[in-house]
Amino acid sequence: MRYHYFPGCSLKGLGRAYDESLRPVMERLGVELAEIDDWNCCGATAYMSTDHCNACALGARNIAIAESSGPGDIVAPCNACYLALNKTRNCLAGDSATRAAVQKALAVAKLTYTGTAAVRHPLEVLVYDVGINVIKRNVVRPLKDLKIAPYYGCQLVRPHCSFDDQWNPTAMDRILTALGARVVDFPLKTRCCGGSLTGTAPEAGLRLTHIILGEAQRRGADLIATICPLCQFNLDSYHDQIARRWGPARIPAVYITQLMGMAFGLPTEQLGLKRNFLPADKLLAAT
Amino acid sequence: MELGQKIKCEADRTAGFGKAIAAMPGCERLGSCIQCGACSGACPLSIYMDQSPRQVIALVRGDFKKQALSCNTIWLCSSCYACTVQCPREIGITDIMYALKQCAMSERAYPAGLSIPILARQFVRMVVRRGRITETRLVMRFFLQTNWKAAISSWRLGLNLIRTRRFGIRQQHIKQHLELAAMLAQAKNANAGGSP
Amino acid sequence: MSNDESIRTGFYVCHCGHNISDVVDCTAVARYASTLAGVMVSRDYKYMCSSPGQELIRQDILEHKLNRVVVASCSPLLHEHTFRNAVAAGGLNPFLFQMVNIREHDAWVHADRAAATAKAQALVSAAIRRVALHKPLQATRAPIHPDVLVVGGGIAGIHAALTLANAGKKVYLVERQPSIGGHMAQFDKTFPTLDCAACILTPKMSAVRSHKNIVLWTYSEVAKVDGYVGNYTVTVRRKARYVDENLCVGCQECIDACVFKVPKFPDPFNLGMSMQKPIYIPFPQAVPQAAVIDPDRCIQLKTGKCKKTCVEACADRKAINLNQKEQLLEIKVGSIITATGFKLFDAKRLPEYGYGRYPDVMTTIELERLVSSSGPTGGELRLRSGKPPTAVGFILCVGSRDMRTNRWCSRTCCMHSMKLAQIVRERTGAQVTVFYIDIRAPGKGYEEFYDRSLQQGVQFVRGRVAEVSDCALSPDEAGKLVIRVEDTLAGFVRRVPLDLVVLAVGMEPQADAQEMRRILNMSCSAEGWFLEKHPKMAPVSTFTDGVFIAGCCQGPKDIPDSIAQAGAAAAEALALIDAGGIDQEPNTAYIRGEECSGCKSCISLCPYAAISFDAEKQKAVINPALCKGCGTCVASCPSGSIGQNLFEDQEVFEEINGVLDYV
Repeated sequence: MRYHYFPGCSLKGLGRAYDESLRPVMERLGVELAEIDDWNCCGATAYMSTDHCNACALGARNIAIAESSGPGDIVAPCNACYLALNKTRNCLAGDSATRAAVQKALAVAKLTYTGTAAVRHPLEVLVYDVGINVIKRNVVRPLKDLKIAPYYGCQLVRPHCSFDDQWNPTAMDRILTALGARVVDFPLKTRCCGGSLTGTAPEAGLRLTHIILGEAQRRGADLIATICPLCQFNLDSYHDQIARRWGPARIPAVYITQLMGMAFGLPTEQLGLKRNFLPADKLLAAT
Repeated sequence: MELGQKIKCEADRTAGFGKAIAAMPGCERLGSCIQCGACSGACPLSIYMDQSPRQVIALVRGDFKKQALSCNTIWLCSSCYACTVQCPREIGITDIMYALKQCAMSERAYPAGLSIPILARQFVRMVVRRGRITETRLVMRFFLQTNWKAAISSWRLGLNLIRTRRFGIRQQHIKQHLELAAMLAQAKNANAGGSP
Repeated sequence: MSNDESIRTGFYVCHCGHNISDVVDCTAVARYASTLAGVMVSRDYKYMCSSPGQELIRQDILEHKLNRVVVASCSPLLHEHTFRNAVAAGGLNPFLFQMVNIREHDAWVHADRAAATAKAQALVSAAIRRVALHKPLQATRAPIHPDVLVVGGGIAGIHAALTLANAGKKVYLVERQPSIGGHMAQFDKTFPTLDCAACILTPKMSAVRSHKNIVLWTYSEVAKVDGYVGNYTVTVRRKARYVDENLCVGCQECIDACVFKVPKFPDPFNLGMSMQKPIYIPFPQAVPQAAVIDPDRCIQLKTGKCKKTCVEACADRKAINLNQKEQLLEIKVGSIITATGFKLFDAKRLPEYGYGRYPDVMTTIELERLVSSSGPTGGELRLRSGKPPTAVGFILCVGSRDMRTNRWCSRTCCMHSMKLAQIVRERTGAQVTVFYIDIRAPGKGYEEFYDRSLQQGVQFVRGRVAEVSDCALSPDEAGKLVIRVEDTLAGFVRRVPLDLVVLAVGMEPQADAQEMRRILNMSCSAEGWFLEKHPKMAPVSTFTDGVFIAGCCQGPKDIPDSIAQAGAAAAEALALIDAGGIDQEPNTAYIRGEECSGCKSCISLCPYAAISFDAEKQKAVINPALCKGCGTCVASCPSGSIGQNLFEDQEVFEEINGVLDYV
């Protein structure tokens, strides 16, 4: 199994623990990730707020480079990248004017967009290409007694998720169960974490983060499992400010790939667990 | 108590604004809105908005351009798409918010004192110049321009980032950043005149 | 075209008010037609179907000695009959006439006036050339079987059956469930009068059972329908009930005696909120009042190893027959009324409302059973915890007015919810809030009912609810179901803690509506409702003559509308029967005897079994009384020895030539 890998800026920055843990876990499962050469920023929501055509051109450049370097789908672990690249694909498939303009722009870099490479999230690859049974077979240290709230964030399942339910996605639940963990019934699975508003409008943004942390805690979770660098950053980084405003809700948030790495018996130091502000002590103790 | 008129007259409208927004990508179904409010109910941020998403749709459809572009609603939208997937009329509300943001950006019509558009502007500038975002640099620049006090009060966050070795100060960039800039300039020209 | 000098055609083009003349230049069409061979008179007129319009035709026939007439106007479905009569009034054979549809086929589907006018002229040229070849024909009259089949024993089917039976007609009423009554039997009260549903329905159900003109077959389905208007052969599948309903008196002793001491299977009538045994009577007022055995749950029927205590209990009455088999019965009827009803929207399809996840989120029909005195709690409304509710919310338009599920308005949910809101308020004193998008109360006495709800203190919040959750953000929300909604009239978002949430689920076509449609050869709207012949002028007829529709199978409606429609469908069937017979279009096929080679290939192709084989002459024979003029045999005959009235090869070729000529 070989994929084009689009890490995105966050996985090289604040979310580098996601990249660090994703690579060895995928390798263990026989998934080859070939990083797209000279990839650029996906544009995220900020670019879409500024210029539609340019936002599509940014995404299209990455897809075009991947397509020109051989067959295979693109794996984008960051929810925002996953959505931005898929949004680009949808726009270019349905809107011929934008497509023509983007092709013209790509021609400047001698690139052509064909739309043949699908953009997929690691969760989809793990559940549907690798398979739950293979994941289960690789578990050497089951995450017994750990109660985990699966948190998917908003931009994976909305607006057009092809592989999981919009309201109640279950891909991560299934992986967590395979790892031996206890999955907490968590109705806020797909509620927004606050996104970049935690920095630009903290009053509003941090409240959303706090709601998710508080509800996970009320439901008795030891940990929150995440699949998006921004979600993980928001849930992990503002405990002091949240405590000041609404009272403490100290519950660690880690990446699903970190949990998988621990269960697979990979060396802890390879999984970037030390990068957490709020250390996942229970996880480290349990395994 | 000071009295102020709330009435709106024809002069307050911008003829063709609603139609122009509806012509933008993803906004085609704007006209089907039945004002049920499912979008506002679904929106996790509507409690902070000065106009609810439903009201924004009504303003756009009624050609009230000034009110639609100057509300904080479009900037508080975090693009979580909760409204879009719940709309019983399948209106691309998130895309309409994007269209309004693009319009407000190009006309600099966003409310004064709102820092969110400034982040978007700096984000775009960094992408055009470097091809990638270096988050810590972007955030520092943003705070310096908007609220340097906040930057200082976030010292604990900064220290924590240094402690966890995530305080990347070195600017990330792609090899072909000049080519990318040329590409974006080309696409921007193609898009010119598309904004209402 | 025929060179026959004696062809004298009259041509008329209709403006149809503005319908045609806005797009087609009618004067130009008339002028063009006047240049065509054989045309003696060519006129345009505002309304050809009006009396003066028809008189015009009659006068011209007499004055100009016309022997052919062509009218270009609307669809033949609407007015072919009218113009044929006008032609006959002038003393001509009515089949020396041809109609051109320049409304539906032209004016209504085009915008370009010049092109539409050209199209009209091409079609007119075709008709004028064709009509010259028409021959005088005689319509035949077919008898009508006076019996009627009514499919579906809900309130609409019951009302239609009783109306026909009271008029002296024999009616077969076929119902899929073990009892008639339909959804109405599940209701506690009915709006806007708040009279007890059972009190007004049960007498009608009993009347069906005892009526000498009604044959009631419950637990039965229509399997097959053959034939045509006036002469349908219907196969009904009677499922095995394992109890002879003519012997059973409904004493329930068998049920008491069943080896299952405690009822343990979900009771569908109470939507699984109560339990029943494998042998059961569906509900107290069921008609027929006879037990049924569920073969999937009865130990004897499943394994053959049961003490059969039920049979013992029935003793000498011998009503229980565990060897009963499914039966296929064939009946002859002249007309059919379809009243197969609807199904309710599955609230699980909208996960944001938590149905199936939170026990105190229920549907309107479940609440209906909970407040009914014959329901699982004897009419006492309790939460799953056993406590009475203090704050109840109704969410409207669940599975209605929603493009993600069903786009139509289900029409009854506003009133239905207001009725339940009043009942809940009266019985429990709970705070009741109705969350709505638009209140639709357009029936007689309905607005007054809305006002009564307001007067009783029912709260109304205009906004489509976004979610129901048990995530509490404040102490007063703890342990409650919290609704998140924009109060669109006040202009802000609210969180409303409730302890009972009721989902007003909409109506959908029955799951097997498409199968029913095929069996009866009806049409369906895009949504799956059975399609009426005309939305205004023929609301209970279908495109299949002799098949009528009533009640919710045609679209969502409330009880008064369903009954009104059922009465209308019964009246249409009566009109058909009492006319004594129906004129049949003489467009039948016929064999040119000398050419038929006797290959028999047409016989098996005929969908109406109208062709037989004359063994003596070794030739096929077509029975014109059975032939419906579909043309299948004509097209398939290898020797070309089958012709068809009104569709002779030459007529069709002339029509084509007429169009090509113009082009």
